[in-house]
Amino acid sequence: MADKTLTINGQVVQAQEGQTLLQAAREAGFPIPTLCHLEGLSDPGSCRVCMVEQTGSSRLLPACTTRVSDHLVIETNSKRVREERRKVVELLFAERNHVCAVCVACGHCELQDLAIEVGMDHVRFDYDHPDCKIDLSHHLYGIDHNRCVLCTRCVRACDEVEGAHTWDVAGWGKETRVVTDHGQPWGNSETCTSCGKCVQACPTAAIFIKGMTVAESRKHPAEIGFLVKSREHLHCQD
Amino acid sequence: MPRLKFATVWLGGCSGCHMSFLDLDEFLFDLAAAADVVFSPVGTDVKHYPEGVDVCLVEGAVCNHENLEMIHRVRQRTKVLISFGDCAVTGNVSAIRNILPASVHQVLERSYMNHDDRNPRIPDEPGIVPVLLDKVLPIHAVVPVEVYIPGCPPPASRIKEVLVQILEHGTAQLEGRDLQFG
Repeated sequence: MADKTLTINGQVVQAQEGQTLLQAAREAGFPIPTLCHLEGLSDPGSCRVCMVEQTGSSRLLPACTTRVSDHLVIETNSKRVREERRKVVELLFAERNHVCAVCVACGHCELQDLAIEVGMDHVRFDYDHPDCKIDLSHHLYGIDHNRCVLCTRCVRACDEVEGAHTWDVAGWGKETRVVTDHGQPWGNSETCTSCGKCVQACPTAAIFIKGMTVAESRKHPAEIGFLVKSREHLHCQD
Repeated sequence: MPRLKFATVWLGGCSGCHMSFLDLDEFLFDLAAAADVVFSPVGTDVKHYPEGVDVCLVEGAVCNHENLEMIHRVRQRTKVLISFGDCAVTGNVSAIRNILPASVHQVLERSYMNHDDRNPRIPDEPGIVPVLLDKVLPIHAVVPVEVYIPGCPPPASRIKEVLVQILEHGTAQLEGRDLQFG
């Protein structure tokens, strides 16, 4: 594949055609925070946390879904990028009921870490306080929509890695929810294999293992990428 | 340098932030050397918030009319107002009742009637029991705030970091893990 030459934070960077800005920036040593992106899964580019600035363009670009091209001039950490990222994270906190103090994921939560990374000392938007449901019908796991950020990592892990496609997204706007089997209680699902990939993929404790108390939930999202890589390796050997 | 006029206020919170403040241990001596505590539920027996306060730590969210009156008084009489702990900064546990779509009366009904099978009664003592606001609010949704200390409760080291910065520079800004909620 042809190499592409672009400029990231003032540094000339070589990247392979087809790579994303996120991959190119990370390989060049420029960290970009992400939320809906998870190694091993496709990228919907929906959370907007990884937005970067393209010199000469008024529009910010999602680094996870933008492919590298020649002559691109990108800033991954400009004042504007930092301000927009913080706004995105603040909106995530404002639109559901994230109460870190009483959450099983407190201290091990990607959303909580993101807030620290973007320097969020308070949320400037009004909290929405939606009335969200909790489904505890599955015998092992629960889904608490109060803590869901709609990253859809559960949906993609279930579909792309487990092949079950139990999870999907339903509803519009503020009513959007991840659902199991077209909105049936999770415990009644005929497609769910109880593999737990959605639990590990979930960046918060929206999907959690039942029976845990505050700060006990530790996820292993990298296992999704590990599984995918292992399979690729097996296919190469065939 | 003139001595700092220092206050702490407790609104709709559990007092955990104030307990953490007391965990400052020997730093409290340093603070006492640099500041006069002019109002505090854990530091004075003063009943009325005084004029001319330099710095005030405010614990808790704005939940009722008494909190509302108090925070406006604090704002008017204080140079540096610090949102102290998650309830003050986000609403936190105090604001969980905002999820109930119902009116304040239904919130009280749920707490005092539906969940009490022995003596179900909604407290109603005008002038003694403050009337709840429709929605619990973080402090900055009511009055401007200069400094935020997240945490439930904020660890003493984090409170110390802010107070040291205030004593040295007159204001403060936390960074990194000191910004962790919860």
